[in-house]
Amino acid sequence: MAQTTLADASEKTEKKIIAEELAKKQREIGVAEFFAKNRHLLGFDNKRKALLTTIKEAVDNALDACEEAEILPEIQVEIIEIGEEKFRIIIEDNGPGIVKKQIPKIFAKLLYGSKFHQRRQSRGQQGIGISAAVMYAQLTTGKPAKILSKIAKDKPATYMELMLDTKTNNPLIKAEQEKEWPEKDHGTRIEMDIEGSYQKGDQSVDQYLKETAIVNPHATVIYTNPKAEQLMFPRATEIKPKKAQEIKPHPYGVELGILLDMLHVTEYRTLQAFFTNEFSRVGPGTAKEICANAALLPDMKPKEVSRESAEKLIAGIKKTKIIAPPTDCIVPIGEELLEKGLKKEVNAEFYCALSRPPSVYRGNPFVVECAIAYGGEQPAEEPMNVLRFANKVPLLFQQGACAVTKSLIGTNWRSYGLSQSTGALPLGPITIVIHIASVWVPFTSESKEAIAHYPEIIKEVKLAVQECGRKLSSYIYKKRRIGEELKKRGYIEKYIPHIAEALKELVENKDYQKENVETSLKEILERKRGEIEDIEADNEEYDETFAKIGKKEKKKTEEGEEESSNEDDD
Amino acid sequence: MGEKSGKDIIKQMQDIAIKIYNTILKKENPSVNIPLRSLNNVKYDEKEGYFELIGKEKERTLTASTAKTFAQTLRMMAMSKDLIKSDDIATKREAYYISKNWGDAKFLEQPESDNVMDDIEAMLMTNREQIGFVPEEKGGAVAGQLIVIDKDENGKELKIDCTKFGSGAYSVPVSVEHLKFETKAAFILAIETAGMFQRLVKHNYWKKANCILVSMGGVPTRACRRFIRRLADDKKLPVYVFTDGDPYGFFSIYRTLKVGSGNAAHINEYFCVPQAKFIGITPQDIIDYKLPTHPLKEVDKKKIKDVIKNDPFCIHSKEWQKALKQLADMGKRAEQQALAQHGLNFVISNYLPDKLKNQKTWLP
Repeated sequence: MAQTTLADASEKTEKKIIAEELAKKQREIGVAEFFAKNRHLLGFDNKRKALLTTIKEAVDNALDACEEAEILPEIQVEIIEIGEEKFRIIIEDNGPGIVKKQIPKIFAKLLYGSKFHQRRQSRGQQGIGISAAVMYAQLTTGKPAKILSKIAKDKPATYMELMLDTKTNNPLIKAEQEKEWPEKDHGTRIEMDIEGSYQKGDQSVDQYLKETAIVNPHATVIYTNPKAEQLMFPRATEIKPKKAQEIKPHPYGVELGILLDMLHVTEYRTLQAFFTNEFSRVGPGTAKEICANAALLPDMKPKEVSRESAEKLIAGIKKTKIIAPPTDCIVPIGEELLEKGLKKEVNAEFYCALSRPPSVYRGNPFVVECAIAYGGEQPAEEPMNVLRFANKVPLLFQQGACAVTKSLIGTNWRSYGLSQSTGALPLGPITIVIHIASVWVPFTSESKEAIAHYPEIIKEVKLAVQECGRKLSSYIYKKRRIGEELKKRGYIEKYIPHIAEALKELVENKDYQKENVETSLKEILERKRGEIEDIEADNEEYDETFAKIGKKEKKKTEEGEEESSNEDDD
Repeated sequence: MGEKSGKDIIKQMQDIAIKIYNTILKKENPSVNIPLRSLNNVKYDEKEGYFELIGKEKERTLTASTAKTFAQTLRMMAMSKDLIKSDDIATKREAYYISKNWGDAKFLEQPESDNVMDDIEAMLMTNREQIGFVPEEKGGAVAGQLIVIDKDENGKELKIDCTKFGSGAYSVPVSVEHLKFETKAAFILAIETAGMFQRLVKHNYWKKANCILVSMGGVPTRACRRFIRRLADDKKLPVYVFTDGDPYGFFSIYRTLKVGSGNAAHINEYFCVPQAKFIGITPQDIIDYKLPTHPLKEVDKKKIKDVIKNDPFCIHSKEWQKALKQLADMGKRAEQQALAQHGLNFVISNYLPDKLKNQKTWLP
């Protein structure tokens, strides 16, 4: 590339030191350059996924911004086909807007963001996503991203065209001006041209937006797809989710490198003050205990802590009993809203939803939520339909690699009345939603597709699933019981006319009351077997058009009600 | 046989139907009582010499699990009533096919319809021929010193000489109630296998021994049992039974012929031959005649245990218990044809004459 050739060099001086030659080729790799070459790490593996990831990053950011500003989100997503496998993507929100100075960094600098350093439940957490989308746009179409943002009613909006210098990871402002945006009091709009491919079905934009709507019932999303069909996901509730609280890191979750960084930048003068103020759940007593366990003095200056001492501190933390981190910082969706969202999507007979109490992995609090929809129109012989969410973001890829899947496979579904072979998901007419909310969701990669296998998380998911499973099994068994009862009853009624007919032939009486015999027999049997419990479920929340979104067109296979003809005799 | 007239039977069925009808109109749950057709429901009456019902009944109340059979029982009764009225008969197989018109209530397999038929028969305490149903199987083959007096299609007497069938035999009809007999024979010999019957016929054993030979062909049919019974009663003839030396020969064939079965206990009174005696092959014969044997099969061993424990006739008879235990101890069984080891006609020249002479070698 930029190197002079080796041939040239060797002609000039015969004996060159190889290491020096090699050194010429060695240089710093820009973080942006790295990700540009490894775009699959960020979810841009192929054209289809790139389209989805671009939209996902923008929508996640919009929802986060609204939530932070406590605004009921209203988000418009538009995909316009501008050429063969070229799309213009426009995402517009009614969030708080972004101040002019920050716009270039937020949209055109990787690893820049407010969320990476804080411990707070949010969709984005790394500060990569939207800049990566901008970078992808410029790599595939050479066009800058166009941003329009307005922060208050009486102020003009800022318009910018941005690109990203992949060598230096710095924003390049291609154009900038003030613009009027009368339709909005505040909000942000981003427009990007990218190479992509649009398809319906599993892992599509449609499915992502629908699942987003399920777990974000307070948001309205208006979506126009490349076929110019407009889909509307109206909000199901006006109640804003509680704003997620930021918490300080918990000592149990801190690693050596981070601890060293924290020690060096802290403004506190003693170790005791450092621990008390920079961590959650550490009071003066606990801070002293940590120091004692590390054989260090509490009034030691943090900046003087050596690497060796820091290691002692880590060991000291492990020896000290510290209360679990506060959990009020987690905002679950809630059992009621989760069930409501699921009812919209799946027309089933039985629903149940559950939020587990908060738990902790590596010092990070998290909450697992689970919802189940059983029966109805779902196929009976297929593996369970799994919808995974992390911090209210649907996870559409890498199901097999996810801790959620591992937990589901590790659950014994046979005891809940479903069939399951070892090492597989159960079969049955069932959809399950698993939502994990945490101040830091441990994904297996930057593209945030699967949750890492932390034992604490797997255990919590299992507990949630088991609790729902128990409710499910009591429903399934009740249903079977009633089914058998109905079958028996049908069985009797089937033969009533034969009894009446045969009696008529035998009794040989002109006044034989055949109808009376039939109605009397029905009455007798009804009385004898009692009332049947009513388990018919009428799902008023079910939205057929909604449910179809993001699904492949399936041929409806009519399964005739085949009455089994092997009837039992006494 | 205490023959009931067709009218009586129809009346009986109508009474049952009317009772059910009235129960239903009263909005009460209808039920029918059917005598239990099994060995659990019989005792051996030594004086009468057959299995007698001890009155256990099953109540078939209309419930989910009995609804179909309940409907089928009534429909089968209606079918029977039609048959009697039109003086017609249907074979068991035909009855099964007639049920195919009953829609949901049809029988799926013939054993189901046979079972319901047997229930009705027991319920009415009658014989299935009287309710219009006849079996497919023949009643057995007869050869020897006997003239059977039957009627032709015009009701004219027809004399059938059972000595004149050559190497063939007279075939016992399905219904034998109307038959009359003329004979000067000294006894009846009932034989298990057609093969042994053939040998005895071919060598005119009946002439030598002055007897009537009956081939039962396995477990005797009702007609065969009734035929032997009527003939033996009518002509005061002793009946000797000659089967294989195995539990099946003893307690499926001989016992059924002599005292009847559990399944048809309600009519055993007419379908048994209490005067029958077992002449062989006994377990002792196997030893005395040094017969070639086969080891007892698992089913044989099981049957011996079961019979000793549950069969009222065996429980009553010490000699039979002893014989069965002897057989079980030997672990062997012998067929009638095993006698051929001593020469093909050893059975005629030695075995049967010896056995008939020596009552001590018999079993009751």
